[in-house]
Amino acid sequence: MTETETEILAVLRDELQRLAPEIDFDTVDRTRPIQQEFDIDSMDFLNYVTAIHERLGVNVPEPDYGKVATISGALAYLKSR
Amino acid sequence: MSEFRMPSLGADMEAGTLVEWVRKPGEAVKRGDIIAVVETQKGAIEIEVFEDGIIEEELLAVGATVPVGAPMARIRVEGEVVSAGVASPAPPPDAPPPQQASPPPSPVIAAAPSSVRVSPAARRLAKDLGVDLASVKGSGPGGTITRDDVSSAVPAPVREKGRYDFSAMRRAIAAAMARSKREIPHYYLSHTIEIGAAQEWLAAHNAARTPAERLLMGALFVKAVARAAREFPEFNGFYADNAFSASEAINVGVAIAIRGAGLAAPALHDTADLDVSALMARMRDLIARVRAGRFKSSEIADPTITVTSLGDRGVEAVWGVIYPPQVAIVGFGRITVRPWAIENGIVARPTVCITLAADHRATDGHQGALFLERIGELLADPSAL
Repeated sequence: MTETETEILAVLRDELQRLAPEIDFDTVDRTRPIQQEFDIDSMDFLNYVTAIHERLGVNVPEPDYGKVATISGALAYLKSR
Repeated sequence: MSEFRMPSLGADMEAGTLVEWVRKPGEAVKRGDIIAVVETQKGAIEIEVFEDGIIEEELLAVGATVPVGAPMARIRVEGEVVSAGVASPAPPPDAPPPQQASPPPSPVIAAAPSSVRVSPAARRLAKDLGVDLASVKGSGPGGTITRDDVSSAVPAPVREKGRYDFSAMRRAIAAAMARSKREIPHYYLSHTIEIGAAQEWLAAHNAARTPAERLLMGALFVKAVARAAREFPEFNGFYADNAFSASEAINVGVAIAIRGAGLAAPALHDTADLDVSALMARMRDLIARVRAGRFKSSEIADPTITVTSLGDRGVEAVWGVIYPPQVAIVGFGRITVRPWAIENGIVARPTVCITLAADHRATDGHQGALFLERIGELLADPSAL
């Protein structure tokens, strides 16, 4: 894993564990939607997108929400930005 | 001199436990200031004062559990001369909670040592984990016991529980909902509307904004209900003593799911007067605080109507149970694409099913239908919200 990937993953882990403390980040299916895997609603998802913007400097527009909807998707999307 | 009493934070609350004095004797307080944190079945609640004054004396030690209505502190009202220590019995004009408990204040049920400073979070954690705070050494400023101190005082295998006592919260929900179904003759109406205009307006609004400034459909739903409630005041208020009284303020309660199978419906104050961006910011703040286990006494005590919204992972419709003594709850299902007839054809359009459960003692179905229809009309013209 590259340094960038490690950094992105750390932010995703931080934020999702904050929103869903009882779910183990390391055991979820990274190819499935985080809203289901972490049982989060649209407000939590907006907080997740907000954290990506504030911590990684990537402003994910609404039409791209689907691309960051899974952990693996988010990794690929954020790496290319 | 007035006495500040343990407030009633809902029909089901009998007692509260003092977790923290936020303000100290001798300090000046203003109406709305947070004076203390109290643990209830609904979690830790920040208690606000009802009037301006100076805290003369605090009557409870941290850890004390007292019934609703029991004196917590004495407050010298501004302009009053420092008293000779004789407290006048007159309660503050607007302080009596709506459901004053009948039993007289009883002596303190349990008290914890108050000499050691303990952060509220640490105290909750200690209670959850069954840790005796007297045995914990504080590492925070001035020897304050922190969460970490409590955690490290526990043998490794014990895992941290949530911030809420969910079995107590479940009992509180059970009491309120059973009372609702026992006392309130509910009637139900539903209205499915086309929501494309609101979706398009939201998309355009959000496209130009950072995530921190974006709106959710839920904010438009709450705003539309608040606006409609202003035009139909018979759905906004309380039913008590065999009569309905409309509330001047429109404080929409928002049903918020809490991880671990909990639920709360605290109020957004003066909802109808907030523009949608301000309303969204307040909702975000409220939901974050509720999920972290902190909200204010006034938010719990005074919603005048409730909105429950299933969001994007729900089902088509929700039929609410009214939270007494309110008289109405408006439900929003998940936005669903359905065949929709327009002029001479059928198109696929996003729709949402809005429902109303209302108290038949206060209103009839005819008014309910007009109220629900008005909510739909307001959502059809989102830029005017």
